[in-house]
Amino acid sequence: MPKLTIDGMEVTVEPGTSIIQAAEQLGIEIPRFCYHDKLSVPANCRMCLVEVEKSPKPVASCAMPCADGMNVFTKSAIAQKARNGVMEMLLVNHPLDCPICDQAGECDLQDQAVAYGFDRSRYNEEKRAVKDKELGPLVKTVMTRCIQCTRCVRFGEEIAGVNELGVIGRGEHLEIGTYVEQMATSELSGNLIDVCPVGALTSKPYAFTARPWELRRTESIDVLDAVGSNIRIDARGGEVLRILPRLNEDVNEEWISDKTRFAVDGLKNQRLDMPYVRHHGKLQPATWQLAFDAIAENIKGKKIGAIVGDLADCESIIALKDLMKALGSLNLECRQDAAQFDTSQPAGYLFNTTIAGIEKADAILLVGTNPRTEAALVNARIRKTWLANRIKIGVIGPQMDLNYPVKHLGAGPETLEELLNGKGAFADVLSKAKNPMIILGAGALKRADGMAIQALARKVAEKYNMVRDGWNGFNMLHIAASRVGALALGFVEGTPETWSKVNALYLLGADEIPIDKIDAKAFVIYQGHHGDKAAARADVILPGAAYTEKNATYVNLEGRPQTARQAVFPPLDAREDWKILRALSEVLGKTLSYDTLAQVRERLVKENALFGAIGVVQPAKWTSFGKEGKCDKSPFVLPVNNFYMTDPITRASKTMAECTAAFVMSPKKKAVAHG
Amino acid sequence: MLSDKDRIFTNLYGWFGADLKSAQARGDWDGTKGLIAKGRDWIVEEIKKSELRGRGGAGFPTGMKWSFMPKEPGKDGRPSYLVINADESEPGTCKDRDIIRHEPHKLIEGALLASFACGAHACYIYIRGEFYHEAAALQKAIDEAYAAGLLGKNAAGSGWDFDLYVHRGAGAYICGEESALLNSLEGKKGFPRNKPPFPAGAGLYSCPTTVNNVETIAVVPEILRRGGVWFGGIGKEKNRGTKVFCISGHVNNPCNVEEAMSIPLKEIIEKHGGGVRGGWDNLLAVIPGGSSTRLLPKDICETVLMDFDSLRAVNSGLGTAAIIVMDKSTDIVYAIARLARFYWHESCGQCTPCREGTGWMYRIMQRMVRGEAELHEIDMLLDIGSEIEGHTICAHGDASAWPIQGLIKHFRPEMERRIHEYRKKLAA
Repeated sequence: MPKLTIDGMEVTVEPGTSIIQAAEQLGIEIPRFCYHDKLSVPANCRMCLVEVEKSPKPVASCAMPCADGMNVFTKSAIAQKARNGVMEMLLVNHPLDCPICDQAGECDLQDQAVAYGFDRSRYNEEKRAVKDKELGPLVKTVMTRCIQCTRCVRFGEEIAGVNELGVIGRGEHLEIGTYVEQMATSELSGNLIDVCPVGALTSKPYAFTARPWELRRTESIDVLDAVGSNIRIDARGGEVLRILPRLNEDVNEEWISDKTRFAVDGLKNQRLDMPYVRHHGKLQPATWQLAFDAIAENIKGKKIGAIVGDLADCESIIALKDLMKALGSLNLECRQDAAQFDTSQPAGYLFNTTIAGIEKADAILLVGTNPRTEAALVNARIRKTWLANRIKIGVIGPQMDLNYPVKHLGAGPETLEELLNGKGAFADVLSKAKNPMIILGAGALKRADGMAIQALARKVAEKYNMVRDGWNGFNMLHIAASRVGALALGFVEGTPETWSKVNALYLLGADEIPIDKIDAKAFVIYQGHHGDKAAARADVILPGAAYTEKNATYVNLEGRPQTARQAVFPPLDAREDWKILRALSEVLGKTLSYDTLAQVRERLVKENALFGAIGVVQPAKWTSFGKEGKCDKSPFVLPVNNFYMTDPITRASKTMAECTAAFVMSPKKKAVAHG
Repeated sequence: MLSDKDRIFTNLYGWFGADLKSAQARGDWDGTKGLIAKGRDWIVEEIKKSELRGRGGAGFPTGMKWSFMPKEPGKDGRPSYLVINADESEPGTCKDRDIIRHEPHKLIEGALLASFACGAHACYIYIRGEFYHEAAALQKAIDEAYAAGLLGKNAAGSGWDFDLYVHRGAGAYICGEESALLNSLEGKKGFPRNKPPFPAGAGLYSCPTTVNNVETIAVVPEILRRGGVWFGGIGKEKNRGTKVFCISGHVNNPCNVEEAMSIPLKEIIEKHGGGVRGGWDNLLAVIPGGSSTRLLPKDICETVLMDFDSLRAVNSGLGTAAIIVMDKSTDIVYAIARLARFYWHESCGQCTPCREGTGWMYRIMQRMVRGEAELHEIDMLLDIGSEIEGHTICAHGDASAWPIQGLIKHFRPEMERRIHEYRKKLAA
């Protein structure tokens, strides 16, 4: 391992570490524009030049691997002069439009110009202007500001797997473009905004909305898919203005999907901000007391059931479960999509490999799932692994456009059966693989023979040695953020089609169930934050809080409990969900035993120990699960038709509607969504 | 002065045929098999003895470059390659062109010998796109060599399998930079690569690669036939052998000429170039090594020797040995402004200082031609040059700064005169 000296401090690093990384280990920051930890290294901005003893010229620290005995100076006169020069060159053709630039205040160029720039310009010639590019409804371009660092090009090629952006022209006329005017059709395109160090690529929906120093930052968790991406919520006053990713190497690295980032405007539309009670067939505004009284009156003597929606937090799920138990209900369900699988064993419904674990896999079998639309960041991880190791990936299900090459093996369960019998070329791949994985999606389970398919998948996993000490290659890919938490809390005591079997129904944000299948005479309580499909059917509406408005726990698809934090208050009369249930329980005479959030969380830990270790995945024990049986021959049908609209928040978002129009509906564009 | 018996390129002017038969009559392909039979180490050793330095401009010792190549090629699954740089685009330079046109078999035989010495079974000649006829001529010669069994399986009966390919560039100056050339050859944009890794470690398709200039390769067979000691006996210490010089500009007889290294500049201009137009006293300046080297005023030209180290000592360089002679009728500021435009136009745009700086310098130079500038801007030009020089991925940045530095060093009074004159005119 090379040992070198940087600014007089000695450090020993792994072979292959670059000087910039070694300096980071010592806490020395070297300025940079083109270098990005997660992307390849072009060393073209030249901002990170440092002096290395015995080297005749300053050296680009991002591209130079550490060597034994190297003596590096990051703050010497030579290094300073080089940076001053590069900074001056960068500003030669950069417009002085910070006052009207959205990046101002969080601009790398601005910050580093303060550190390394001159206080005036020596450039008196004509400046360059570059035509803006149209990249669709999410990313706004002001290409004159571009400093040609090519981070966006590399992000597109390496992370997103779309080659639409490229470098055109040469010399001073070098620009970033899309050869033929074309939109960025990636579900991760919003990250282009983050990787761009200047204001060339900014958020279109957020344009001219706020300055970074006006924002209040809250570190939280995303709930629009089951990945549990770590996010930062930026709010001003009572309004959430934008969502940015937060680094978590185990989950989302530093990316988030476009849905996570751009659906925020959905939090302002169609909100339920006061209780409603149905009088003479019409929903009328009411007080909390009136709404609770109506519930108490109408559920008396009825067979009650409860369904947990996709965005529900664990605190409200446990409160609802406790209340339903107290009311003697046996009809609890969290699988809105009526997916059928054995819920008794965590190993049977978790993403056991973990997201970071995908990088160790060398063969992946996707069954009834399109990870690109169902869990964009799981897909990004698969692509990353493919890019690094060119692993083999097989697909059972419909033909789809993933951003890495796959082998399409078949459309339905019989292909899985063939694999179990060792037939087909992919059987060879799996048996030769060291760390094979199977990913079972909702498309394979959302059918009557789901249990049998789950058992079949388990047997395939066992046959190909996917489960052993230190490796568990059996994975289920969930779509709903609430799903694993609800399963861990045992909110699955009924049968999948609970909604048609009861005459009183409590919906905790459940909008994806077939509303028309609810008994016409049933009394329906809807607790949630958006006036979506289910609220229209409800007899009583209790306004709850969206994920940005409450302190709550969510468990992601790996079984990783994470805490979302309140960024703003719920609108008007709306309240945090577990508090609503607590208040209701008192009116119903079944007072729940907790009064504070801390007490609810104690209750969670008592129900399932996994809630005791926030942020940690506890490996599930491997046992037998599923029910072996005959599988239907019909092909798998994917659950997500439109990546941009999957829940009440995204359906209320104007930006998501624009994306749907641009990427899904438009026949000219290659759609991201499949179905 | 080089005697005729020491001349390597006996058909540099195309007075005889370029075909295989004529080439063989001149001594090409003579005993190639025997040379290869002496082994790889012998060849590398002989080239080291000859003290041959790369003829493309940088002057890196060729024998040392070859010795960096893996001793057991293909052991790690990666083949070794030889790539010959025929992207001759440096303004003033036209030596490779004549070698390709009139002495292609020297190049082809050299390619075989050098590839063998580098452990390469395949060699690519990357030829400048504008050299259409040259590429055709080269291809014709290669076809001849294949037909005669000198290339292909068991090339020249040596037991070494060898394939030679010609690849035409698309006309970018930067693709003459070795790593940009490799990118271009791979079908990528012609952006120079970061070093390390050097091509000997990871070059073409990330495989060990040697990149050599046409002239370097073309002199190899003759060196091996006559012995490294012979070549190493010509010229001065560390600057050995013969070299093709390209004399252009204001001379009576512009020409390519093979001469001994370290010949005095004045001698080569007088003897081969037919003297400066209007006599030696009419000389203003000389650019001694292609457009990117710093110009030399008359007083230095009187005494300087044409080799790597002598020219470096006067703050210039041998480069490609393209001597551009300018007499007193030359608008020297305009001439250098034109070169600045060339470097601005040919910058690949990959890295910041060169992308932005070449245009900046070019625009100031345009004003300098008219005198429409401030006096302090002359120093600023130097400063901008120093911000580019040494801060870029490849040497294009350096090359763009040098001509201007040379101009300011030797012709600053002329630049100042123009500024004063312009002001006077403006005042009137």
